[in-house]
Amino acid sequence: MDKKYALDFEKPLRGLIAQLDNLHQLSTENDIDVSSEIHAIEAKIESTKKSIYSNLSSWQRVQLSRHPDRPYALDYINSIFDGFQELHGDRSYKDDRCIIGGTAFLNGKAVMVIGQQKGRSTKEKIERNFGLPNPEGYRKALRLMNMANKFGMPIITLVDTQGAYPGIGSEERHIAEAIAINLREMASLEVPIITAVIGEGGSGGALGLAIANRVLMMENAYYSVITPEGCAAILWRDAGQAPAAAEALKLSAKDLLKFEVVEELVEEPMGGAHNDIEKAAESLKTVFLKHLEELGTLSPEELETDRYDRFRKIGVFTEAVNDGKIVPIEEAAS
Amino acid sequence: MSLFHKPKYSTVTVKKKDIPQGLWKKCPVSGEIIYNKELEQNQNVVPKSGYHFPIDAYDRLRNLLDIGSFQEFDADLEPCDPFEFNDSKSYKDRLKTYQKKTGRKDALVSGTGKIHGIPVSVAVMDFQFAGGSMGSVVGEKITRAIERAIEKKIPCIVFSSSGGARMQEGVLSLMQMGKTSAALSRLNKARLPFISVMVNPTMGGVTASFATLGDINIAEPGALIGFAGARVIKETTKEELPDGFQTAEFLLAKGLIDQIVPRTEMRDRFRDLLSAIYVGKQVEASA
Repeated sequence: MDKKYALDFEKPLRGLIAQLDNLHQLSTENDIDVSSEIHAIEAKIESTKKSIYSNLSSWQRVQLSRHPDRPYALDYINSIFDGFQELHGDRSYKDDRCIIGGTAFLNGKAVMVIGQQKGRSTKEKIERNFGLPNPEGYRKALRLMNMANKFGMPIITLVDTQGAYPGIGSEERHIAEAIAINLREMASLEVPIITAVIGEGGSGGALGLAIANRVLMMENAYYSVITPEGCAAILWRDAGQAPAAAEALKLSAKDLLKFEVVEELVEEPMGGAHNDIEKAAESLKTVFLKHLEELGTLSPEELETDRYDRFRKIGVFTEAVNDGKIVPIEEAAS
Repeated sequence: MSLFHKPKYSTVTVKKKDIPQGLWKKCPVSGEIIYNKELEQNQNVVPKSGYHFPIDAYDRLRNLLDIGSFQEFDADLEPCDPFEFNDSKSYKDRLKTYQKKTGRKDALVSGTGKIHGIPVSVAVMDFQFAGGSMGSVVGEKITRAIERAIEKKIPCIVFSSSGGARMQEGVLSLMQMGKTSAALSRLNKARLPFISVMVNPTMGGVTASFATLGDINIAEPGALIGFAGARVIKETTKEELPDGFQTAEFLLAKGLIDQIVPRTEMRDRFRDLLSAIYVGKQVEASA
């Protein structure tokens, strides 16, 4: 069976591919011409692909964002940048292998690139802590971002995590504070920052690398305050309601464009980025270059202001017309 | 078979109406029964055991600030339902219920006031409103409280008590973490103090943004403070959690917070701290 179409909603494709394989086998084993049948099935595969992938639900996109063959940070880094030099460690506790970073060149321009890295083999999954960063990862990232700021290098971050690691050591070394410091310090940097959510954009663990001037999202990535499973477990009291939660959270790139939480949706090859990693990387590179060029015209102070204003305006609420009214509460008793 | 037998007591059935409701509270630590009035006079802190019951945001401000010094701002900010969020109940209905219960439009009270004559911009979260969760209104009001501090060149104080980001406003809630933290970067630049007080419980996205960014991080005794919930950590790691995990005392030992301050000493402690890091500095700076 083709591993490419392993997801539930890709089942019709699996059936067609199996039929196609049978026909190929039939024709070679029995030396009969079934080319017209083969063409018919190939056409059916294409039309089925179109109908499946052009109407993906939020939950289906979440599944694509977690696809085992999906390109990870290093896949994009190796395709998009030249001369990546990984720099290790937070200079305090250890080197978190789940957040990687270092210097690289983007079309000859020096940048600092930082990404959340998942593992593909079991061994690497464990090494990368299943894509759930510890505090050290965020502290290393900040160290590298401060270095970029010092040397005037743009920062590019690649987000791909379900969230920061919910572990004892992680809490003991203050994962929340590590993220919080990144939010505050990234806001003050005076170099361009561009974030791309390449897979999963899970909660504070994602945001800790995403206080950027521009936030881009791959078409099948998601970005959310909580994973659909987590949300379903709390609000529906049933993690099995994750598909409903995924819809309610409006976590897809398309939805988030409307809320002005992301600047650009980066199209993926048909069926998801894993079907053509080079093409996906090329699209992302093009968008990086475009935004870097735009941000290149801003002064250091303007870059800080641009980023501040970007986040400052996010939020939906109403305010009564008597805005600015001062309401004194009753006098204190003590 | 157990070694000890439970002693049998004769029980007296008391009709419920014989005990007036809401006159007494039982201390969960000592089991002591305390008269509510006595508790209120001590800011909802049990005098002997030191157990901190929750306190309403206005009551906290009343005890914290100089008499008549509080001016509330942004009380008219009201949440919307941009995601048209429905789970077992619609977000709109949930909001109505919370608004009725608390008399507030959302989970935060903010304004300006004075502590022993020192002007401050202050915000207090209300855990009674949607578990003190942070959506657009809470994020906006905290950001404005910080910007107000910058504008008036005064310190900013936030009392956090929250389950985290508000799920029903989705990613917009997440972005409030960025917004509030960015505002704190500007407060830093202006060299103005931020004092964060973490009140039971302070969790999730609030801990992972402004609540742990204080120049001075304070916690009330016994407060639960953390990022992930204990249940999630247990399920993920299959490990036993250490004693006192995620309590204020645990985090003082682990180096996250500067001081544990009982509520009854908060007002004087602010005077002492702000006298050192703030009072006189602004005059010097502008001179």
